[in-house]
Amino acid sequence: MTLRVLAAMSGGVDSAVAAARAAEAGYDVTGVHMALSSNPQSYRTGARGCCTLEDSRDARRAADVIGIPFYVWDLAERFHQDVVEDFVSEYAAGRTPNPCLRCNEKIKFAALLDRAVALGFDAVCTGHYARWEGGVLRRAVDEAKDQSYVLAVCTPEQLARALFPLGDTTKAGIRAEAERRGLTVADKPDSHDICFIADGDTRAFLAERLGAAPGPIVDADGTTVGEHEGAYGFTIGQRKGLKLGRPAADGKARYVLDISPVTNTVTVGPREALDVVEISAERPVWLGEVPAGAFGCQVQLRAHGEVYDCTAEVDGDRVRLRLAEAARGVAAGQAAVLYAGDRVLGSATIDGTVRASA
Amino acid sequence: MLPEAIAAMTAELAELGNPSSLHAVGRRARRVVEESREVIAEAFGARPSEVIFTSGGTEADNLAVKGLYWAARAADPARVRVLASAVEHHAVLDAVQWLADHEGAAVEWLPVDGSGRVRPETLRAAMGPDVALVTVMWANNEVGTVQPVAELAAIAREHGVPFHTDAVQAAAALPVGFTASGAHALTLSGHKLGGPLGVGALLLAKGTDPVPVLHGGGQERDVRSGTLDTPAIAGFAAAVRVSAERRADEAARLAALRDELIAAVRAAVPDAILNGDPAGRLPGNAHFSFPGCEGDALLMLLDARGIACSTGSACSAGVSQPSHVLLAMGADPARARGSLRFTLGHTSTEADVAELAQAIGPVVERARRAGLS
Repeated sequence: MTLRVLAAMSGGVDSAVAAARAAEAGYDVTGVHMALSSNPQSYRTGARGCCTLEDSRDARRAADVIGIPFYVWDLAERFHQDVVEDFVSEYAAGRTPNPCLRCNEKIKFAALLDRAVALGFDAVCTGHYARWEGGVLRRAVDEAKDQSYVLAVCTPEQLARALFPLGDTTKAGIRAEAERRGLTVADKPDSHDICFIADGDTRAFLAERLGAAPGPIVDADGTTVGEHEGAYGFTIGQRKGLKLGRPAADGKARYVLDISPVTNTVTVGPREALDVVEISAERPVWLGEVPAGAFGCQVQLRAHGEVYDCTAEVDGDRVRLRLAEAARGVAAGQAAVLYAGDRVLGSATIDGTVRASA
Repeated sequence: MLPEAIAAMTAELAELGNPSSLHAVGRRARRVVEESREVIAEAFGARPSEVIFTSGGTEADNLAVKGLYWAARAADPARVRVLASAVEHHAVLDAVQWLADHEGAAVEWLPVDGSGRVRPETLRAAMGPDVALVTVMWANNEVGTVQPVAELAAIAREHGVPFHTDAVQAAAALPVGFTASGAHALTLSGHKLGGPLGVGALLLAKGTDPVPVLHGGGQERDVRSGTLDTPAIAGFAAAVRVSAERRADEAARLAALRDELIAAVRAAVPDAILNGDPAGRLPGNAHFSFPGCEGDALLMLLDARGIACSTGSACSAGVSQPSHVLLAMGADPARARGSLRFTLGHTSTEADVAELAQAIGPVVERARRAGLS
């Protein structure tokens, strides 16, 4: 029987080409645009997002060109609950969440996939740049666009029903293909920012929801060196926007080292103090067998971030990572994704670090 | 589109001529327009001078609602109340709401009973010296319920208030007589009668003069300016002629087919709820709520089996909304969202009904499972 595929179509070029490729491969493809905002106008009006009227229209237009049925599914409530509220509460807790990753874990390969399966679909197809073949998730051939990092939180059961038709092609190749296929979204700009923050101002978005909570910015000795309007507005490793009153004794730039929501304190210090040599992470998800003992691998600590050699050790629901060289700007709440070369081994959520200077 | 309408329209497309021009070419076009006007007037029991051509049902509704409100208020500034049924098509609903939002109208949405009907006593109780306009559709586009238009129009007339009815859905299926109904204004749409898209008419009783929405060359009794679209009007009239000839037989055929469809759905899904009036409804309309299902899911599953149906309206992003018609009839939002309309038309056959009878049981079962996930 022909595989019945639900193609998630955001209105962008990638998901449009992914749907077209799935249809061309002979699958029985139906396009679905997820409406993620209950009040579409309130979200992004700029170049590209997940939730605007223009995106919905672009997705429909692409589906018409491909010649597949197209529907809009309202997932706004789930998205708000599992992604937007999670985003806000993670920041409130002093962590740095990745909402795209959460959206894959809770929406695309959970709410959307569950509904698709219940309605008789066999798989969900997306425009992610990653290769998924024979139970192995690999980086896309276009390393600059690779999205295996944001997919690594998905369980093997979730991925078993996923199709990523773009992993073998570069972004430039996909744009050219969209052009060739007559998809008018070929020239649409890439999305970079968080789709539910219209103007890209994360701090203002959080302030609106969490309120002003002024507190001190201190240095490593505990000396107050400035003030902030809410500790939630900061990310480990951040340098810009600290508005510190007096320069450091050595005249060097200072970075956010720690965020304590309990005392509402932001600690800053020199760049070297950011160096992390050991990471602890919780709730691991493994794409193959659960590794036993210590093993060598590579780890990526944020989307499009650097890759470090490390030794990983699994201890039940925790993973300890010893880095071969120090990493900077490692924030709790981000995913640590383990690779063996271009192959994803698994992922876990960072919940603690050991600094080189400690 | 009916072949007769295509023939009439394409013949005119090859001709030149503005029916407002005085030269020979214009006179020829004018003759086509006026003959079309006569055909339409006769089919709907109106006088030719009462036919105002528009670009379709939406424009006719807007002209009636806004124009008659403005005219009534201009004649008597105390008349600012608009009475409209709660189950109107959006072309009326949103025009009325616009008057409330921008023109100081006091809108009263006339409630309907469980079958979607405005009871005459409801209108009677709402009437008063401050009413500018009453608008109640002839038959509902979603649930098919036919309104007691003549009774309602008589009540409005007693109070000297203009009565508009949107007969877009009714015109192809029911005997619609304009003068006999007592309505002052009645909306028709070309494509719903088998004619072309983009043309319609407002039947406007002599002496009922709305303030124009479109200003310009003063065509159509100075009520609707704009060069007339002769080919579309010719196609419209051809469709009306054919539709009027076949209406009675076709309505009987569709009603029988519809009853078969209703029986088949009920047999397959015993807890399906038939919405609308069981008897006083459009012959080609069957509308159900399927408890525990999302209408969207049903539509998609049926579409995949080659069966086209409709869930109602969607917001501009394409997310379907619970129907205001079902909500007005007392349905809760969950039931409203789990509803589907099946429309039978001149191409529908017994085989189509048999196909639906086969599909609906498994489809509802699957949609229920999905609804719970």
